[in-house]
Amino acid sequence: MQIIEHFMSLSLIRTVLLTAFSFCSAARSLSTSVHLQAQAKSKKTLAKPGVKNIVLVDGVRTPFLQSGTTYADLMPHDLARAALQGLLNRTGLPKDAVDYIVYGTVIQEVKTSNVAREAALGAGFSDKTPAHTVTMACISSNQAMTTAVGLIAAGQCDAVVAGGVEFMSDVPIRHSRKMRKTMLSLNKAKTLGARLSLLGSIRLAHLSPELPAVAEFSTAETMGHSADRLAAAFGVSRLEQDEFALRSHTLAKKAQDGGMLSDVISFKVPGRDIVSKDNGIRPATMEQLAKLKPAFIKPHGTVTAANSSFLTDGASAVLIMSEEKALAMGYKPKAYLRDFVYVSQDPKDQLLLGPTYATPKVLEKSGLTLNDIDVFEFHEAFAGQIMANLKAMESDWFAQTYMGRKTKVGAPPMEKFNTWGGSLSLGHPFAATGCRLVTTVAHRLQKEGGQYGLVAACAAGGQGHAMVIEAYPQ
Amino acid sequence: MLHCITRRTFRVAACIMARTHVNYEIKGDVAVVRMNDPNSRVNTLSTQMQREMTEVMDEIWGNNAVQSVVLISSKPGSFIAGADLNMIQACTTAEEVTGLSQEGQRMFEKVEKSPKPIVAAINGSCLGGGLEFAISCQYRIATKSKKTVLGCPEVMLGLLPGAGGTQRLPKMLGLPSAFDMILTGRSIRPDKAKKMGLVHQLVDTLGPGLKSPEERTIEYLEEVAVEAARGLAKKQIPLTKEKGLMQKIQDYVMSYPFVRQQIYNTVQNKVMKQTKGLYPAPLKIIECVKAGVEQGPTAGYLAESQHFGKLAMTPESKALIGLYHGQVTCKKNRFRTPEKDAKTLAILGAGLMGAGIAQVSVDKGFHTILKDTTLEGLSRGEQQVYKGLNDKTKKKSITSFERDSFLSNLTGQLDYNGFNKADMIIEAVFEDLSIKHKVLKEVEAVIPPHCIFATNTSALPIKDIAAVSKRPEKVIGMHYFSPVDKMQLLEIITTDKTSKDTTASAVAVGLKQGKVIIVVGDGPGFYTTRCLAPMLAEAVRVLQEGVDPKKLDGLTTGFGFPVGAATLADEVGIDVAAHVAEDLGKAFGSRFGGGNVEVLKTMVEKGFKGRKSGKGCYIYQPGLKRRDVNTEALEILESYKLTPNAAVSSDSDIQYRLVSRFVNEAVLCLQEGILASPVEGDIGAVFGLGFPPCLGGPFRFVDSFGADKLVEKMRKFEEVFGNQFTPCQLLLDHAKDPSKKFHK
Repeated sequence: MQIIEHFMSLSLIRTVLLTAFSFCSAARSLSTSVHLQAQAKSKKTLAKPGVKNIVLVDGVRTPFLQSGTTYADLMPHDLARAALQGLLNRTGLPKDAVDYIVYGTVIQEVKTSNVAREAALGAGFSDKTPAHTVTMACISSNQAMTTAVGLIAAGQCDAVVAGGVEFMSDVPIRHSRKMRKTMLSLNKAKTLGARLSLLGSIRLAHLSPELPAVAEFSTAETMGHSADRLAAAFGVSRLEQDEFALRSHTLAKKAQDGGMLSDVISFKVPGRDIVSKDNGIRPATMEQLAKLKPAFIKPHGTVTAANSSFLTDGASAVLIMSEEKALAMGYKPKAYLRDFVYVSQDPKDQLLLGPTYATPKVLEKSGLTLNDIDVFEFHEAFAGQIMANLKAMESDWFAQTYMGRKTKVGAPPMEKFNTWGGSLSLGHPFAATGCRLVTTVAHRLQKEGGQYGLVAACAAGGQGHAMVIEAYPQ
Repeated sequence: MLHCITRRTFRVAACIMARTHVNYEIKGDVAVVRMNDPNSRVNTLSTQMQREMTEVMDEIWGNNAVQSVVLISSKPGSFIAGADLNMIQACTTAEEVTGLSQEGQRMFEKVEKSPKPIVAAINGSCLGGGLEFAISCQYRIATKSKKTVLGCPEVMLGLLPGAGGTQRLPKMLGLPSAFDMILTGRSIRPDKAKKMGLVHQLVDTLGPGLKSPEERTIEYLEEVAVEAARGLAKKQIPLTKEKGLMQKIQDYVMSYPFVRQQIYNTVQNKVMKQTKGLYPAPLKIIECVKAGVEQGPTAGYLAESQHFGKLAMTPESKALIGLYHGQVTCKKNRFRTPEKDAKTLAILGAGLMGAGIAQVSVDKGFHTILKDTTLEGLSRGEQQVYKGLNDKTKKKSITSFERDSFLSNLTGQLDYNGFNKADMIIEAVFEDLSIKHKVLKEVEAVIPPHCIFATNTSALPIKDIAAVSKRPEKVIGMHYFSPVDKMQLLEIITTDKTSKDTTASAVAVGLKQGKVIIVVGDGPGFYTTRCLAPMLAEAVRVLQEGVDPKKLDGLTTGFGFPVGAATLADEVGIDVAAHVAEDLGKAFGSRFGGGNVEVLKTMVEKGFKGRKSGKGCYIYQPGLKRRDVNTEALEILESYKLTPNAAVSSDSDIQYRLVSRFVNEAVLCLQEGILASPVEGDIGAVFGLGFPPCLGGPFRFVDSFGADKLVEKMRKFEEVFGNQFTPCQLLLDHAKDPSKKFHK
C-alpha cells in the first residue's frame, strides 16, 4: 500500500511538472492564446457546419472474463448476442428501428464468419436489418463504430448498432496443411483404391496441428516480444511497468466497487450462474509482481504475465444515431462522436506506438491541444507499451525524428488517464475493447463534468486509432 | 585565471586518460570496458588496442572494488573484426609472427583465468582475433542484429586462428563443430551461435526510442551484460551449462581415441579432396587441434603459434591476403559519386542473365522492370527471381515477408511501358550485334535523356554496339557472370566516349548489387573473356591430342582452378565458346589459335551445347551428380585428332600450356591499357574465371613464380606451337629485371 501511495505521489509530481511544462511551451509559442483557450474551453463545441452531429446513445458490455472461465463452453456469437440483447434492454430500442449492424472480431470462428449477422438474428433483431463484420485487430470495434459514423454521416442510415466480440476460450486450431490437402483430395477420390492410397499417405507429421499465435504475420514476432523490445527501446524499467499494472488493477477495483462500471450488464450463462462482474481485476502487491519471471524475453526481459493484458472473453455494443433521430426518438444522448483518425507505422519496431502517432493527429483535426482534454482512455495492451507511448509523446526528438512534427504533443496527465482501470485489469477481448473505451469516456465525462475525451489505441499490424468525444450537454 | 586552472586540470586528466582505443567506467562493482578505434570503421586487435587493453585489464584486476567486467565495443556493427593484418604483414620471419601469436595467447590466457568474471557483450562482427578474445571470456552475450556474426575467417587468408582459437573451440563446441567452424571460416549468425553453445545469451535489437536504434541497442546490450556480470560474480548464474543428452552421448563417443582418430582422418580426407593439397592452412589447423586434444594444451598452444608463424610466410597466405585487399579495393567506387542516384532499372531479356541481374537488384531496393519479348520467357525469368529469393527464405536468411516485399520491386512486362522513368537500362538480350543494335535504337526512343544504356555482353566490343547510339557517352558495358546471384564479379567496360559520370553510375549500381567491380577498357573480349579464350583454345587442343576430358579436368583442378577446363566449357556453353573463339580468333589472329574451332562447331551442330542442353563434354542427367564423358563428343575429337609432341605433353607441361597462355594474355591486357592495374587483373581472374585463389591471380602468380621462369617455359612451348606462346613485352621486361614486380 505504501508503494502505491509512493507511486501516486510520484505520478502527481509528474503531472504537476508536465502541466507546468506544457503551460510554458504554450506560453512561449503564443502567450495570448492561453487565456483565449481557457475561456473558450467550456463553451466551444466541435460541431462543424454541414457535418451531421452523431451521438452515442448508450453502450453496454458483457462482463469481461478471463478465457477458460465461466464462458468456456459458449461460442462467440453467444457473447455477441448477450451484448446486443443487453443494449436493447438498456435502451428500450424497438428492434426494427435499427438500420444496420456492424460488429468487430479478430480471431474468427469459421462457422460464424459473419458473426454480426448470426448474433443479430439470435438477439431477435429484425431479419430485415443487414449486418456485417469488420476486423482490424485490437481496434476492430473502433472500426465498427467509425463505420457506423460513416454510414450516418453519409446519410445512408440514422441508427446503427456497433460492437465487437472476442472469444479466446475456443480458438480455431487447424489440421496441418499437409493433412488438409490430403483430406481435400480424399473428397475428390473416386475409387476405394484411391481413397486407401491417400489414407496410406498420412504420416505422423500430418497430425501435428497448427495453432494460432498472437504474432505478426509480417515479422513472425509475438506481440509480447515486441512490447518488451519497445519498453527497452524507451528505457521503461520493470518497476515502472509493475507500478503501472498495479495502478490499473487498483483503479479498476475502486471503480468496480464504487459502481462506476455501469456499462457492464448481467448475463445468464446457459448451464452456469449469472455473471455480472469482470473477473480479472486482482490488485496484488509490488512484491508479488516482482516475483514473476519475464514471459517473452528470457532471462532479461521486463514484460511479465502480470504487466500484460490477459486473454479475455467478452463482447460490447453501442447504439449510434444521428442527433436528430435520437432526439426524435426521445433519447438523451451520452456524447458526441467527433473527429477520428487511423494511423499505421512499422509493424516491427513501432508495432504498439499507435497512440503516439494518432493523438497529435486527431487533436490537430479537432483544433484542440492536449490540455483541452479532460478524460483520456487509452487501450492498455501492456504496461510497458503504455509507458513507452507516454515517453514517446513527451519526446521532442521522437516527434521530430520519426513523426515529422516540430514538437512533441505531450503526455496525458495521469489523474485524467484511465482512472477506472484499463485493459490490463478489466481485460482485453480484442475486438470488444474499442466500445468499452468510448462508453467509458462518455460515462467519465458525465461523472466528472468534463467536456472533451480522447480515446487512443494500438493494434497489431502496427496500426492505431484515436477519437475525440465531446460530452452531450446535460 | 579560472580558465587557466581548468585547462591545467584538463591536461592532467588527459595524461591519465591518454588512452584512445580502450576506456572503462566502473558501474557499481562492474567495470565496463569500451573499445573504440578512433581511426577506423571497425575495431581491430592492433598493437595500440592490445597495449591499452592490457593496461586497462591490469588496472581492473588490481581494483578491489570491481567484482566483474563487461567487454563491449562502442562501434555499432563491430565488436572486433579481427587481428590487424598490417601487423602480420609487417613481419619478415615466421619467428616474428609466432611471437605475435604467443603474445595473443598469453593475453587471452590471462583473460580466461581472470578471477573476476568477464562478459563479452557482442554487437556486430566478432571475427578472427575478436572471436578468440570473446571465447576466452567467461560469458558471451550477443545481439540478434544482422550485423552480428561470429567466425574465424583466418583459413580464408591462408592462416589459422593463432590466439588460442584452435585450442578453445574444440573444447567448447566438440570436434565436429569446431572443425567445421575453423576449416570453413564460415560466419555464424547469433541464433546458430546460441544453439551451438558459442554464446550464452541473446539480446534483441531495439527500434526507435528516445535515442537512435543503434545507440540504444548498444546501451541495452550493456545493461543486460552488466546484470549478467553481477549475476556471475555472485554465482547466481552458473558458468557450466547442464549438458543435454545428445551432448553427453557425443562426449562419451569422443572419449574413445579411435573415434577421434576416425574424425581426424575423415576431416583430413575431405580437406585433401577439396584443396588438392594446394592450401597448407587447413592441414595445419587439423594438426593444431589434434596436438591440443591428444597431447594437452602446452603442445597445442605451441603448435598453434608455430604453425601460425609458418603459414604467414607461405605464398598461399600472401596470395589470399592480397586477394582480400584487392577485394576491398574493388568494393569502392574509384570514380566520383554519380550526379543522379539510379533508382529504377530496366532489364531487357528475362533469360538466365537478365533474371539473375533482376534478382540481385530487387533485394537491394531498386525498382526493377524486367522486359522480355515472349510471355513464356518472361514467366521463366520471373520464376527464376522468385526461386532465388525463396531459396533464401528456406535457408532463413530472409523472411517470407521480406521475400514478398522484395518481389514487389519487380515489374515483369512485354512492352516499353514505364521506360520513360528508368535511370538505367541493362540489356541482356542474345549476343548478336544486329539484335543489340535493334534493341538499342528502340530503347533510346523511349528513355529519358539521363538514362544510361548498359549492355551485358561477354565479348562484343562496346564501341560496336554504341555505334548506332545517338548518345554514346551514356553507353557502357556491364559484364555479369553466370549465375549472377553467386558470382561476385562485375566487369564494367568503358569506351573512349563513355562519360565519367556514366561510369561512376554503373559502378555505384554494381556496388549496390553487392558486386566486386573491375573497370576495364573496351576491346574484343575485354579482359576476362580475352584471358579465358586462349586457355580454352589450348584445352581443345589438349583434348584433340587425346587427353580424356576427365583427365583434363583433373589437371586443371590440380593446379588450383575450382572448375576443370572441360567442365568450364560445358558451363559456359559450347556454343558460346565457339562463338567467342571465332570472334576473338578473327580479332587477334593466330595468337588465339590452338584447338580447332571446328571441333566446337561440330559439337554445337550435334546439339552438344554443354550443361544447358544436357550434353557437352559430359552427359548431364537431372538429379544425377555423377557425370559420364560424352562418348559421341569423344568421337568428334577422334576425327580431329592431333598427335601430341612428347616434349611438351607431360602433365605439368599441359598445366603450364593452359596457364601460361591465360597469364600472358592478362599481362598483355595490362600492357595495352585494357586493365588499369594488376590488382583489378587479379581480382577479375579469380572472382570471374576461377583462377586459382592460392596463386592470388595471374599477376601475383608471375611475381611469385618468377617472370623469367614463366618466359622460359613459354619459349619451350613456342618452339613447338609458335606465336600462341610468344611472351608479351611487359612479361619479358619483368623476366629481364627480377626487381620488377606487379605487386609491391
